[in-house]
Amino acid sequence: MAANYSVLLVAALIVLSLPVLTLFVLAPLVRASRPNKVKLEPYECGVPASSFAFDHRFSVRYFLIAVLFIIFDVETVFLFPWAIRFKQLGWFGAVEMAVFLAILLVGYFYAWKRKVLTWV
Amino acid sequence: MNPWMHYLVWPLVKFLVAFIIVQGIVAAMNWVERRLLGFVQARLGPNRVGPKGLLQIIADPVKFLLKEDIVPANAETIAYFLGPILPLIPTFLVYCLIPFGPPPTFVAARVNVAVLLVLALTSTGVYGIILGGWASNNKYSLMGGLRSAAQMVSYEVPFGLSIVGVLMLSGSLDLVKIVNYQADHIWNLFPQLIAAFIFFVAMTAETNRTPFDLPEADSELVGGYHTEYSAMKFAFFMLAEYSAMLVNCCLMTLLFLGGWTLAIGGYGLTTQTLQHMGIPGGMLGVLIFIVKVMTFMLVYIWFRATFPRFRFDQLMDLGWKWMIPLALANIVVTGVVVLLGQSLNFQGEVVLSIAGAAIVGYTLYNLRPRAKVVHASRVSEV
Repeated sequence: MAANYSVLLVAALIVLSLPVLTLFVLAPLVRASRPNKVKLEPYECGVPASSFAFDHRFSVRYFLIAVLFIIFDVETVFLFPWAIRFKQLGWFGAVEMAVFLAILLVGYFYAWKRKVLTWV
Repeated sequence: MNPWMHYLVWPLVKFLVAFIIVQGIVAAMNWVERRLLGFVQARLGPNRVGPKGLLQIIADPVKFLLKEDIVPANAETIAYFLGPILPLIPTFLVYCLIPFGPPPTFVAARVNVAVLLVLALTSTGVYGIILGGWASNNKYSLMGGLRSAAQMVSYEVPFGLSIVGVLMLSGSLDLVKIVNYQADHIWNLFPQLIAAFIFFVAMTAETNRTPFDLPEADSELVGGYHTEYSAMKFAFFMLAEYSAMLVNCCLMTLLFLGGWTLAIGGYGLTTQTLQHMGIPGGMLGVLIFIVKVMTFMLVYIWFRATFPRFRFDQLMDLGWKWMIPLALANIVVTGVVVLLGQSLNFQGEVVLSIAGAAIVGYTLYNLRPRAKVVHASRVSEV
């Protein structure tokens, strides 16, 4: 099995080399390149850009969603090993997982109640 | 055989062959998509380059290669270059793990945690998009990148949860074993109908396809996260998106539609039957697999041709308030039915399939064509 992972590693190097070679070796040889000042401005529907994106702040909801995602993704990862041994674990495992899910659902409904999931 | 040949060189050759074929399919799908969209919208689509426009497949990459590569003056250069390159690597790497046919021959690296690894690799796609969107230093790109990150992250959860039901039935993370389980019992599509539905919706949202293509909503955000990208870098974004689509269709086929097998209850073309048939059997398995995958690719295009785009709050509501509770409910119901089946000696899969059929029947019944009742007060307005 470990050999199969080494295949993955070597394949990753091959796959990495493809876009890098295309972008930094092949494309510069053949592509056109005539930059000028106006061309390099950030696009804003043709008018001069009023400000840069780095000057602006964005909604905190994106951050909250990311935090919620981590909680639920860890939950999913926790469910995976249980799901595989689920038939052997039987009712005992099912009840244990039900308790875990119940605790998580409390948090989920708390987030819902605090309008983390509401976007308008 | 020389162990180096057996463990490294031969699997890598298999991977490269699979990789080249998949890239061919991705390029061809681009043409198929434009043609089909054309026909749906009562126009022809690209038909000038070569017979039926088929050489468009070659013309597009050449054009991408020759176009000027613009790096905006105020962009974060390193992150700007990482944006398109980063998501390519994991999406390409997944083809190592996906079995395209009966096991020893048609899978480059058979790993016993394949499902987990595939999920881990595909979910890294979001980094490239948010890096690219942020590094462009363009307001449209930033908004597109943020939206995309929020969307992909939200649908990652139901995506993972819907797989749990499949794992509970088949009891393995090895894609080959999951396929064999389905050939010996029944396609997971039937007992895990809700999960299959959630999986399909979530995978459409994951790859930013219509009706979930808000990150690149052109009426609001110009090009979304790739507004500032041109030439080869733009091509890389598209390539990553289409590769991810294909990966997701492969996963859907393997997890819910029995992969390369065409069997029910152990009868029909199971993995053993195909292996006994030798090379023709393997080819037949690959053919069955490709037909199933292409069906889903065509459904993607069909979606794009027919559905209007969601609003962002609707999209997040669907993900968080419907998909996640539904996926959790599916896990609970699957668990209870299978365990009751163990205790009371009945086949859990059969009961779940009947329940799934009942849901489909009920939905179809609700969607039946009914005579339109026009309210009297409405008539005068018309």
